[in-house]
Amino acid sequence: MLIKKPNSWDEKENAVTDRSVYLNRRTLMVGGAALAGAAVIPNVFANPERALEPLAAKPTHYTTVESLTPEEAVTGYNNFYEFGTSKSDPARNAWQLQPKPWSIQVDGMVDKPATYGLEDLIDFNALEERIYRLRCVEAWSMVIPWIGVPLASVLKKVGPTSGAKYVRFETLADRDQMPGIRWPVLDWPYVEGLRLDEAMNDLALLAVGLYGKEIPNQNGAPVRLVVPWKYGFKSIKSIVRISLTDEQPLTSWQKSAPREYGFYSNVNPEVDHPRWSQSRERRIGEFGRRETAMFNGYGDAVAGLYAGMDLAKNY
Amino acid sequence: MPTTSVLSTSNLKKFGKPIVFLALALPAIWLVWAWWQTFLGLDGGLGFNPQETSNRFTGDWALRILLLSLALTPFAAVTKSPKPILFRRMIGLFAFFYVALHITSYVWLDMLFNWQELWADVLKRIYITVGFAATLILMPLAITSTNGMIKRLGAKRWKTLHKGVYAASVLAIVHFIMMRKGFQIEPLVYAAILASLLVLRVPTVRKAAGLR
Repeated sequence: MLIKKPNSWDEKENAVTDRSVYLNRRTLMVGGAALAGAAVIPNVFANPERALEPLAAKPTHYTTVESLTPEEAVTGYNNFYEFGTSKSDPARNAWQLQPKPWSIQVDGMVDKPATYGLEDLIDFNALEERIYRLRCVEAWSMVIPWIGVPLASVLKKVGPTSGAKYVRFETLADRDQMPGIRWPVLDWPYVEGLRLDEAMNDLALLAVGLYGKEIPNQNGAPVRLVVPWKYGFKSIKSIVRISLTDEQPLTSWQKSAPREYGFYSNVNPEVDHPRWSQSRERRIGEFGRRETAMFNGYGDAVAGLYAGMDLAKNY
Repeated sequence: MPTTSVLSTSNLKKFGKPIVFLALALPAIWLVWAWWQTFLGLDGGLGFNPQETSNRFTGDWALRILLLSLALTPFAAVTKSPKPILFRRMIGLFAFFYVALHITSYVWLDMLFNWQELWADVLKRIYITVGFAATLILMPLAITSTNGMIKRLGAKRWKTLHKGVYAASVLAIVHFIMMRKGFQIEPLVYAAILASLLVLRVPTVRKAAGLR
């Protein structure tokens, strides 16, 4: 008999919507979408959508009994400013991105700096499925079944040198593929970063898929970071460059508004953002708001990384 | 002959006003319908985060109609006709109506009357403080919009009071700019429109442009 050992980050069984109710609600929503249909999402169907190949991935202990956020919401409600600033822009515009073939420049303090093909960095035979909560700094959240490999496995391949302390990531910034780049919303390319020990933490995932398939363009194809204990903007999309450094990278949002966005940006209900109260969040698909958990509920795995640090100062 | 013109004052009162009224009510009618669909579990066009869509939709329309109300006086001056002024009170009240919807959307549908959190938001989040201040300024303007109130206050005092709309609209635009993340063009377009509408009210500018 298979007995599931509960994880500390799991929701209690009684907090979960019954599956039949949940599926029924989904049917209703899908039916409604079909009725309102063409008027709501015509462009998605009008554009040459890429067929997403199914991906085989082994299950892991990173699961949850929480209901998954419906796939339509995960792929239809996105912040990806390179494709526009409204939540529906990425789903509408991201078909212009060409994720195949894809290469990633790895440089800085590594043993094997080079421009790698995606397949050289990610072992597609070792893909894992991990269900994580995603908490956006705008106080909404989702539960998403990602497919990917631990970031640590990729970093080990390229071999950080002994002096390396930080990992810096860069998103593609191509005007021809990304219509949002025309607007100086941020200083392109989008830059994010992690401390090396954060990057080596087992929770840090490089995702190449979701919901059993390749990752859609609007979610950061062909490869993105997922760091579920941090606000969503840290989980950088469509990565083209990974650099190891001994200096803390200046991230795009830090550059844009240093008072609002810190380097760490750990989910923390006690440290408020000047624009959004971080104490509660709206789970997409729910009407009210629920309490936000410290480190988005992943404290057991990551709290040790910040022992002795003042998290109000290092926000 | 002005009396036979389609745009005669009596025609504007009789037909123009109801048409404008209906046009300005349309966004609100759509919103109520969209929320109704959402409550039925259908997709009414509010998307995956209906509260966010509804907050932004009502805020956008409040701003647009506020700017429209501020455009009437310069428009009357440019066309050298008092007719646009016929619509000014109605449009101004519609602006306030959408402000009220904006606040209802936030306080009720989004925050579910969590007063403690709401008050913390007003005090802590500067863009909400600014929006709140704009609303406080607009409130007495809406209340004193009747003929009776104009009489009671006296035209001069009433006029001074209603200059508050300039401050409120500047605050509303600041609220909008602060709400957006990064450097975004849209709120700046609104800001530019407001700036030109305000500049057209400066006496020296009016004189230079040959406006009364």
